[in-house]
Amino acid sequence: MGNYYIPAKYLLSHIVDADIIIPPFITAKTIELGSKYSPDFVCTPFKYTLGTMIESLEQGASILIQFGGGCRYGYYSELQEQILKELGYKFELLNLVSGKANIKRIYKMIKRIDKKFNIFKGLYHLYIAKNMVKYMDRVDDYIRKNVGFEVNKNSFDNLNKEMLDKFSKVNNPISLYILYKKYFHKFKKLKINKPKNCLKVGVIGELYTLMEPFSNYYLEKELASYNIEIKRFTNVNYLLFKNKKTIKKALRKSKKYMKYKMCADASSNIYWTKYLCNKKYDGIIHIKSSFCTPEIGSMPIIDKIANNYNVPIIYFSFDANTSEVGIKTRLEAFYDMIEMRRQ
Amino acid sequence: MKIGLPKGLYYYYCKKWVYFFNELGIEVVSFDTNKEILELGNNVATSEMCLSLKIFLGHVVYLKDKCDYILIPKLNYGIKDQMCSNFDCLYDLCNNLIDIKILTFDSKKEIKNFIKIGKELGFKRNEIKRAYLKASIKYNKELKKLKIENINKLNSSNKKILLVGHSYNIRDKYLNEIIDIIKKYNVEIIYSDLFDDDYYFYLSKDLYWKYSKKNVSSVIFCKEKVDGIVFLTTFPCGLDSLVNELVMRKIDKPYLNLIIDDLDSLAGMETRIESFVDIIEQA
Repeated sequence: MGNYYIPAKYLLSHIVDADIIIPPFITAKTIELGSKYSPDFVCTPFKYTLGTMIESLEQGASILIQFGGGCRYGYYSELQEQILKELGYKFELLNLVSGKANIKRIYKMIKRIDKKFNIFKGLYHLYIAKNMVKYMDRVDDYIRKNVGFEVNKNSFDNLNKEMLDKFSKVNNPISLYILYKKYFHKFKKLKINKPKNCLKVGVIGELYTLMEPFSNYYLEKELASYNIEIKRFTNVNYLLFKNKKTIKKALRKSKKYMKYKMCADASSNIYWTKYLCNKKYDGIIHIKSSFCTPEIGSMPIIDKIANNYNVPIIYFSFDANTSEVGIKTRLEAFYDMIEMRRQ
Repeated sequence: MKIGLPKGLYYYYCKKWVYFFNELGIEVVSFDTNKEILELGNNVATSEMCLSLKIFLGHVVYLKDKCDYILIPKLNYGIKDQMCSNFDCLYDLCNNLIDIKILTFDSKKEIKNFIKIGKELGFKRNEIKRAYLKASIKYNKELKKLKIENINKLNSSNKKILLVGHSYNIRDKYLNEIIDIIKKYNVEIIYSDLFDDDYYFYLSKDLYWKYSKKNVSSVIFCKEKVDGIVFLTTFPCGLDSLVNELVMRKIDKPYLNLIIDDLDSLAGMETRIESFVDIIEQA
């Protein structure tokens, strides 16, 4: 998912003594492989993860780790294991889905991979990885706000790559913090040409499609090319550490529209829609993979809020064979519309 | 006073409540699904919702002028017994989309919430408690009888088919047209929703959906005794897309996977069912 393989690789390579294979970036071939062996109307992340699993098994991986939970994401691994075994691969799937991911279980699993594992060393590196995710998300937030207005092309992208490269080589929390401060300063010094009343758009929706740039056909890059400031809430830091807090806040702040907690990110999305409307954003983009049940339940409510506040909203539903051109056309039309509303 | 219970989704898990309200002397209004209701639901729902949810919304719209309150609870049994995510948003969906008065509660503390609702409607605490107890005794008796009847069908000498699906699909009067086709062919139909969830562990360790557990354990219980298995699913069902696929991959019995989108053309279904019954009878 995006650049998050870097902290994951950092954590695993420091606590266990094993070769770690980074799966190749998702391409059209991955999704083709995945959808060939998937059931009929499963949601799209299943196809992506299955395709990635097959590709990394072909590179010689013997242990796969699946981490997740929430909606039906927690049940993926069992079916994927069965499908891969029927295809004839030999491997072990470590399954850390929600409800099963307690500390004892994780400890036992790691002990099985590497017998020399030391729990204090593990916790130390976990702390560093956690901070790394936090800093990455902060930098990403800044990039998203300003990348549309860069003067030198790709300057943000290149600096980000350089920073992540440095991040993967740190070995204590203090040097990580210093690096983060140094690079954040550098980011702020990059030349931008940002007008005061630029167009602002919020992006909400289902987590996988939001965070994996290939699966939404680089929607954020496309938006940035129209000189738009982008706000996105969903990131790994939110998913792992702030989830429960946000949902409680969401239930409190949007009582008028919702009473009970909904599955996965649906209730957070409703709250964020209200937040974006209150902050007078010019438009909201809701993206999800097709057949994502929690989002389907929340969409009519989101629609109602946007109507009440009179904020334009557009829905994208991505599948394995959505045409890229169609999405670009719809996005262009949406951009024209919000620009005309401004005038 | 009239309370409307929309006959879709949660209704089939909560028949106890019908008895409860009857015990208190409240009239319960609910209708069987028909084509008009499905069309009403189609008008309110978005295109990607599953057929069962569309039917439910249709029921709510249909009941709108025919009763004082409509009861839409949130079924909540904890993390290890989750419901489909559609059940979580039922109340909020109806509250926002349709302009009606709704009674609601969280089913985690059933008696407490029933007392709360009863007081809202103007009953005394004792009355409510007595009605609740009577209703649960009546309901449990009936359920036991149905369960025994269902298991006894396994001993019959006819060919036997296990019908796997959620209660709101197998019991629905409108979707039942498909089951009626199977019934034409002199076979016993065993329903999966009348089993306990004791055996799911042998097939799937991670399973955390309350009513899928029942379906899976029914398959394990009847695997040796039935001649064929029919899976009945409405179109984009989130749970069945994964669970049924896993079950189909792990069993070695003849099976038929029926996916209902709408009931406009039954001819294709008829042919498939006919050939499936032929296979079973020759085996």
